[in-house]
Amino acid sequence: MAGIKRRIFGWLDERIGGGSLEEFLRHKKVPLHRHTIWYYFGGMALFLFVIQVLTGILLLMYYRPTASGAFESVQFIMTQVKFGWLIRSIHSWSANLMILIVFIHMFSVYFMKAYRKPRELTWVTGMLLFFIVLAFGFSGYLLPWNTLAFFATKVGTDMAGFVPFFGKWILVFLRGGKEVTGATLTRFFGFHVAVLPGLATLLLALHLLLVQRLGMSVPPGVEKKIKEGKEPERSMPFFPNFLLRDVMGWYGALGALGALAAIFPWELGVKANPFGSAPAGIHPEWYFLFMYQTLKYLPPKILFINSELLGLLGFGVAGAIWVLVPFLDYKHGFGRVTRFFTGLGIFALGFIIVMSGLALF
Amino acid sequence: MMRRFSGSSRMRGWALGVAVVLWGFSAAPASAQKDSCVACHSNLPGEYGRPAKLFSSDIHHQAGLSCADCHGGDRTDDSMNAMSPAKGFRGVPAKAQVPQFCGRCHSDPSYMRKFNPSLRTDQVSEYFTSVHGKRLKQGDTKVAVCVDCHSVHDIRAPSDPRASVYPTNVAETCAHCHADANYMKGYKIPTNQYALYEKSVHAAAIAGGDTSAPTCSTCHGNHGATPPGVSSVANVCGTCHAMNEQLFEKSPHGAAFARMGLPGCVQCHSNHEILKPTDALVGTGPKAICVTCHVKGDNGYNTAQKISEGLDNLKAGYQKADQALDTAEKSGMEVSPAKVELTSAHSDLIKARVAVHSFNAADVLKITNQGVEISHKAYEAGIAALHERDYRRKGLAVALIAIVIAMSGLYFKIRRSERG
Repeated sequence: MAGIKRRIFGWLDERIGGGSLEEFLRHKKVPLHRHTIWYYFGGMALFLFVIQVLTGILLLMYYRPTASGAFESVQFIMTQVKFGWLIRSIHSWSANLMILIVFIHMFSVYFMKAYRKPRELTWVTGMLLFFIVLAFGFSGYLLPWNTLAFFATKVGTDMAGFVPFFGKWILVFLRGGKEVTGATLTRFFGFHVAVLPGLATLLLALHLLLVQRLGMSVPPGVEKKIKEGKEPERSMPFFPNFLLRDVMGWYGALGALGALAAIFPWELGVKANPFGSAPAGIHPEWYFLFMYQTLKYLPPKILFINSELLGLLGFGVAGAIWVLVPFLDYKHGFGRVTRFFTGLGIFALGFIIVMSGLALF
Repeated sequence: MMRRFSGSSRMRGWALGVAVVLWGFSAAPASAQKDSCVACHSNLPGEYGRPAKLFSSDIHHQAGLSCADCHGGDRTDDSMNAMSPAKGFRGVPAKAQVPQFCGRCHSDPSYMRKFNPSLRTDQVSEYFTSVHGKRLKQGDTKVAVCVDCHSVHDIRAPSDPRASVYPTNVAETCAHCHADANYMKGYKIPTNQYALYEKSVHAAAIAGGDTSAPTCSTCHGNHGATPPGVSSVANVCGTCHAMNEQLFEKSPHGAAFARMGLPGCVQCHSNHEILKPTDALVGTGPKAICVTCHVKGDNGYNTAQKISEGLDNLKAGYQKADQALDTAEKSGMEVSPAKVELTSAHSDLIKARVAVHSFNAADVLKITNQGVEISHKAYEAGIAALHERDYRRKGLAVALIAIVIAMSGLYFKIRRSERG
């Protein structure tokens, strides 16, 4: 058995140099310290992305991206297609789980200061991936074309209209018209299955390449302890040790997804009626709730400026600061500046959790 | 300038004083034309002043008419001369004269056309075909005349919710006399109609805002208030409940009831106390009406039994299916197509209840059997959904076991490789 494996690898190595990959994998090390657990979240996000792609491709075979066909095709998938219910529910649950994992991954990287030199670009590509994942969530949410999806999209795209100067153009571009219609559905479908996957693949490749080239970062505190000799520098090989542990986690995630799909199937809802009124208490999905709740708390006008615009601006500025943190935290992980940014991070996390909680309850 | 008129000298002095004072203040009234009647009378005490005070809400006032247009006299004259017979003053009409008093205008098409061309002008002639009108002609002044129902001096259009003849108020208006046992002493009719009507579904419908639901005048007519004869009661109910009436007329009961002089719909459903019918009314049970005439063993009894069984079967089948689909839906299964199908079984139940009035077991059973079949299919769909749910959960258990095995396999492999 091992001989056959050797022969195949050899054949490939002669043609595409697979051997160097194996070499490289054997050399990759994962640092061992009390924060090692957070290293798993990146891989988990990747695993869930792969799940999304696979289940998405299967759904693509039955889904119809038109106002007259979308809801019915999802109903068909849920009721008639063999295991359609499983694939669709896994796709919906995995989407939510992925966004949660991505949030955790982002915050753990932030608090471990893994964005320090030379990993600034890894952080930036990661942030772009984060925005793409949110866009995936937003565009995918409309596709079942039920009441909740329709009105959540209407409210969400309404926000785009508040951007100064370009707002109206952005809104029309997103909606494929002035209102949310079948044209919006087809457009969002195009974004969801073509544009965003393409962008995501490119950025993901870049992100992973950077991670492999630059190796795993160690938090500043641990680094300091190692330098001072208070802690030994321990690590484990990525292949097979870390990877096997990764796979264990992935199996667990798969089990969780299966359980969620079987016991809490994703609902079909009622077909969207564009002429109907928004259901009472309509709100976006949980990952946008903190922004939605913040806008709700702002008074209609602050100093003659429309509060939606102010809210958008606020979040825009906050997002920009967040993306530029590697360049702003110039003390490279030590000193008052870093502590300020740690505090900022705690504030951001707390803000998101509290606002989401307030919106839900 | 002083005129002789009836009343005490004190009254005379009072009125003169008022007239002199008002003469100084005789400005034109709110309407384009001068109205001295209202101007004077609104300052008089008690019953002399009440009509003028009420008149601003009257539809006649809003049409620009004044007291003089009904009572005669001169509205432009501020003096007592305004009420002289020479100026056409007619005074207060006697009760027996009221229909003609109102009819002077209301039965004149060319006059009424000026105000509301769509208003009927046959109310007075219709009134005299009614029991009220006939008795009035015979000298009975206790009966209702125009002003008893429509009020006087504050008459509102029948479409005004505050009018005494607006659908929600009609029953109460009729009840003023017809529910007063003392007043109605001597007439050989009951006085409990209003009390009974208030318990009915029709009264509840009207109270709920449905002004198309029947009130007294809907069945009895308003001006031609003739109590419907036994043979015409079914025609009255059938104006709205057309299907039921058609089936009833063609049924064995139609001819039989007519022969026996029984009042059609009223026989089973009552005339005033029309309660919401339940399935228990049909059949041979304790609440059933059929057994008030039919006895065990006769055709009617057997038919009633079959019809009742049919209805009960359909109801039970529908409820069973509804419950199964509900349970399936609550556990997350997608059963909306089956639920849509089930609604036609519910429609069949409603149709069957109407078909009861054919008193033909075969006709009713045809509908209930159809409904039972649909319910059965929906029930099967619900059960299938529940089986699918159980299958999925079993599959999940198997998959989870496999995953746990895989995870433990990995765990041991990791331990093994790291121990070495």
